[in-house]
Amino acid sequence: MSELLQQVINGVSLGSIYALIALGYTMIYGILRFINFAHGDVFMVGAFVGYYFTPIILPLVGGSLLLGGPMVMIASMLVCSLLGVTIEKLAYRPLRSRPKLTILITAIGISLFLEFGGQLVFGPDPKLYPTIIPSATIVSTDTLVITSNPIVVIGTTLLLLFMLRAVVYHTKMGTAMRAVSYNHRAASLMGINIDTVISFTFVLGSSLAAAAAVLYSSVYPSINPLMGIMVGLKAFVAAVIGGIGNLGGAALGGLIIGITETFVTGYISSTYRDAIAFGILIIILIVKPSGLLGTGESEKV
Amino acid sequence: MMSGIPNSRWLFIAFVLISLAVTFVEDSINPYFFQVIIYVGINIILASSLSLINGFAGQFSLGHAGFMAIGAYTSAYVSSLIVTSTDGFAATALFPLILLSGGVMASLFGLLVGFPSFRVKGDYLAITTLGFGEIIRVVIQNLDFLGGARGFTSIPRISNTFWVFSTVALVVFVISNIVRSTWGKGFLAISEDEISAEAMGINSARYKMTAFATGAFFAGIAGALYAHFVTYINPSQFGFIRSIEIVVMVIVGGMHNIAGVVIAAVVLTILPEALRPIAEYRMVIYSLMLVVIMLTRPQGIFGTTRAFTDWRRKLLASFGAKGKA
Repeated sequence: MSELLQQVINGVSLGSIYALIALGYTMIYGILRFINFAHGDVFMVGAFVGYYFTPIILPLVGGSLLLGGPMVMIASMLVCSLLGVTIEKLAYRPLRSRPKLTILITAIGISLFLEFGGQLVFGPDPKLYPTIIPSATIVSTDTLVITSNPIVVIGTTLLLLFMLRAVVYHTKMGTAMRAVSYNHRAASLMGINIDTVISFTFVLGSSLAAAAAVLYSSVYPSINPLMGIMVGLKAFVAAVIGGIGNLGGAALGGLIIGITETFVTGYISSTYRDAIAFGILIIILIVKPSGLLGTGESEKV
Repeated sequence: MMSGIPNSRWLFIAFVLISLAVTFVEDSINPYFFQVIIYVGINIILASSLSLINGFAGQFSLGHAGFMAIGAYTSAYVSSLIVTSTDGFAATALFPLILLSGGVMASLFGLLVGFPSFRVKGDYLAITTLGFGEIIRVVIQNLDFLGGARGFTSIPRISNTFWVFSTVALVVFVISNIVRSTWGKGFLAISEDEISAEAMGINSARYKMTAFATGAFFAGIAGALYAHFVTYINPSQFGFIRSIEIVVMVIVGGMHNIAGVVIAAVVLTILPEALRPIAEYRMVIYSLMLVVIMLTRPQGIFGTTRAFTDWRRKLLASFGAKGKA
């Protein structure tokens, strides 16, 4: 029983990280209707920014993790927002009116560029991520050990989710975002600056990915330039499972993937870990292509 | 709809004969060059078979390396059962059968992967096929009789210039003929607009299945040729990056242009070898090239089919003019 509880806690912790990344996919898909393949690699850059900034930031705050941890996360979020907006401006914006396939291929190109550029800049070998979450054991019995790591991950995720909700539903920019995702043309006729809204969406998505990266690397401290591929793909799968374009769906999908993956690793075999997300994806797409919480769109002829 | 390849069975036969002739002198070729030549052939097969799925039928697939893996592993397993010695007549006589086993198995999986394409389109299909490719890789990794993550060793080395390049000739011949046939028109129709195609009485499900099964069949054969050349295969050789490499060849060559795809496969196989001295920049250049092509010439370097045939016609005309003068 307590082993089950342990697995659930680990699963929710991993799932909330997937959820944060999935939100970026889902928001960008909601507005631009394409898979931002490079999102997983923005996540990777986020991890490396955290890696390089921690030794700079921690001494500034006297080595206090309680103060330094959030600052590292914010630094990483800022850098990644900049990266996300730059990618959108340089690569996606000129292609906005072109066929979707063209943008998809461009996104794959950008993704490969970040991966292999990352290998050049950061070096191809895995690096050990510094500890930025204060480690403590919160509950400890014979069979159940709950450390501060999953609690911090889940707590931070919840906080970010509430902030995102507030931004999307209670600010002017959030309203504009929803309007643009509903109808580009009509939104622009209402005086909404589409370019600004899209840039803002990339800021939100990329900074969530960066936050996820800092949390993820604290839990799995080995980081490398190709780490974003699998995590990104699974987070994308999470977004699709929940119903792409739907914020709650992305969070739900993330949890489903995280928990399933932890259970498969714990009870079946860790070698099947990477296949399970895709298995779920294929089943969902065949049974309910619009995802669990998504609403189907019928194609206009 | 022209494919850019002259419709000549003589060209096909000539190509097979040349590849046969080269086989007799292949021992005198520098082993490194020989390896590059064989990889060029295998990549031409992969890229032109993918161009049928991604280009002509418009079903963007990111799982081609998965089909290649199935062909490679099936053929390796079959030949471990039936081939006892690498030399001699027996291995050579059985090789077509071995290749076919890889192709047929991949083709069956092609049908399986084609199935979701009825319900899933565009980038969703891309991610689904990518998922299939990954699942295939992970499953192979867990199959002990195929060597698991350690890989499949001591596959007999049977592939040579003849086998590889006569297959190249066959694949290019078959695909450029499919594309020219009424089937080709059907593929083009569903890639342009599926709903209109359906309205015109085209059974889009059947066409998609055919594209996936045919493309996967040739990818499986390419995998079989590869396995019987390198003699050692392991699941990580058939990852996501491998699929991307093949996709890049199709995109650079032009989605609707087999001649362009063949040229792209040749150039993009040789180029990385030529760039060896700056190997670490290779993939960076590759990825930038992909972005720049999409931004400037989304129809591929070799342009649309029409532009390419125009260029070819002009070239031929200029030769003709010189001949007259």
